[in-house]
Amino acid sequence: MKITEQEVRYVAGLANLRLSDSEVARFQVDLDQILEHIGKLNELDTGNAAPMSQVLFETDETATLRPDVIVAPLGNQAALANAPESGAGYFKVPQVIER
Amino acid sequence: MDIASLTIDEIREGLLARRFRAGELAAEALRFAEEENPKTGAYLHFSPERALAAARRVDDKIDRGEDPGVLAGVPVAVKDVIVTRGIRTTCGSKLLENYVPPYDATAIIRLEEAGGLILGKTNCDEFAMGSSTENSAFGPVRNPVAPDRVPGGSSGGSAAAVAQGTAVVALGSDTGGSIRQPASFCGVSGVTPTYGRVSRYGLTAFASSLDHIGPFARTVKDAARVLGVIAGRDPRDSTSAEAPVPDYTKALDGNVKGLKLGLPREYLKDLTSESGSLIHRGVEVLRKLGCEVREIGLPHTDYAIATYYIIATAEASSNLARYDGVRYTFRSGDSATLADMYRNTRGEGFGAECKRRIMLGTYVLSAGYYDAYYLKAQKVRALIARDFAQAFEEVDAVVAPVSPFPAFRLGEKVDDPLAMYLSDIFTITGSLAGIPCMSVPCGRTAEGLPVGMQILTRHFGEATMFRIADAFERAGGLN
Repeated sequence: MKITEQEVRYVAGLANLRLSDSEVARFQVDLDQILEHIGKLNELDTGNAAPMSQVLFETDETATLRPDVIVAPLGNQAALANAPESGAGYFKVPQVIER
Repeated sequence: MDIASLTIDEIREGLLARRFRAGELAAEALRFAEEENPKTGAYLHFSPERALAAARRVDDKIDRGEDPGVLAGVPVAVKDVIVTRGIRTTCGSKLLENYVPPYDATAIIRLEEAGGLILGKTNCDEFAMGSSTENSAFGPVRNPVAPDRVPGGSSGGSAAAVAQGTAVVALGSDTGGSIRQPASFCGVSGVTPTYGRVSRYGLTAFASSLDHIGPFARTVKDAARVLGVIAGRDPRDSTSAEAPVPDYTKALDGNVKGLKLGLPREYLKDLTSESGSLIHRGVEVLRKLGCEVREIGLPHTDYAIATYYIIATAEASSNLARYDGVRYTFRSGDSATLADMYRNTRGEGFGAECKRRIMLGTYVLSAGYYDAYYLKAQKVRALIARDFAQAFEEVDAVVAPVSPFPAFRLGEKVDDPLAMYLSDIFTITGSLAGIPCMSVPCGRTAEGLPVGMQILTRHFGEATMFRIADAFERAGGLN
């Protein structure tokens, strides 16, 4: 196996995903298969190929800059409109600081 | 008025000649779409108020003698990963079932400024992750050509709406084939433009170095018209390109004499299926039209799936981190701590395929694995892009299949994620290179299932791509 059950639980923790025991078992099998396939890349000598992190096209260095003009912001009410819980103009979450 | 057969230009001419009004057209399109929708489930919800308001603006412009725009009165379906102000945008996910965006995507603003009517939002795989639309939290979509089969994915609803005739054109999104593959399965044209050609502002992010917005249409010309409207620099998407947008329809004169086409031997060597023989017949049609066809090599093709599923899932695991139960509508019930709230919300909210990809992406980015997986994949991606760059020194376009097989049955592949991933082989290479590619209908199998031919060109070479696809369509395709 390329990945252990413990590793699956560890990665789920990193990803903030609560998984059931049956999901852990299922994902261990699935990820193992996929990682096995992905291992294929090791056959390939990538030599000094530069990593491609974006599709590059010719453009001016400043093309991504825009004029510094003030535009109307979204506004507090609109920003909170989809919150599952809000109050007093804030997003509300379970208490994180002990009094 | 037959919505299912109208083209963009026919609608515009009809409006300008006062044969019908945009208001009538919108009402009829909405009635027809709502009546037909139960057959496929292409739409998740409709936006009648918005469509009728847009139609009124078109009619007012015509009454004032102003130009109503190139998409005047055109009914458009929009994949539900593209945000629409005031209209629910679910991304096919339980997490966003009740999400109502406070803003419009740039592509939506441009469509409406050109006179388009947004009829409704179409079903898709959850967060655009899938190849069959079976990963939607709101049930699958049926292929209008064969109702026991999938429409492809992830933009299955948009492809089905256009094929079914309930929208004249549609918007989809493509990360690894999510426009081209459903277009091929449903027998319509689908376009993935050059990376950066169309602003992604308002497209729910899946894999940012691979995400595109593009059109579906029943004719190549209609697809070219829509791309001309939505393409172009947008200051709100820093990856959108400055390059000028030509009038793509000017390239559609049917003349492809002397164009050099490359057939990748790596794609065709194993493609002995019915789909493969249809592609060969399609290439023969292009040859008769005057194209020169030669074999080319894309030697890193075998590594494309592995490369894609590292890069796409790594980026997805980061992009999907925002769905944490704080800002976007869904939160799991009683969690004692903030950390529990995150975990429970995401565990309950995401479907199996999203979780699988978040897990894979988190794994390949985790400490100790970054160089072995993510960095390695980025290097192989550069080699795959170089394969295409070298091919385009020899040829004007690459012609290829879209999918190894036509539309499969609902449920047939849902339990084998790796098999589903492997079926994306022909679309993923173009996505990794960031080049424009489209699917154009190329006949049907003996069972009557549509097959699509893929045409790929160099960066910003959309005009050549459309020229070839249109010439093929004018010649009658394989019919």
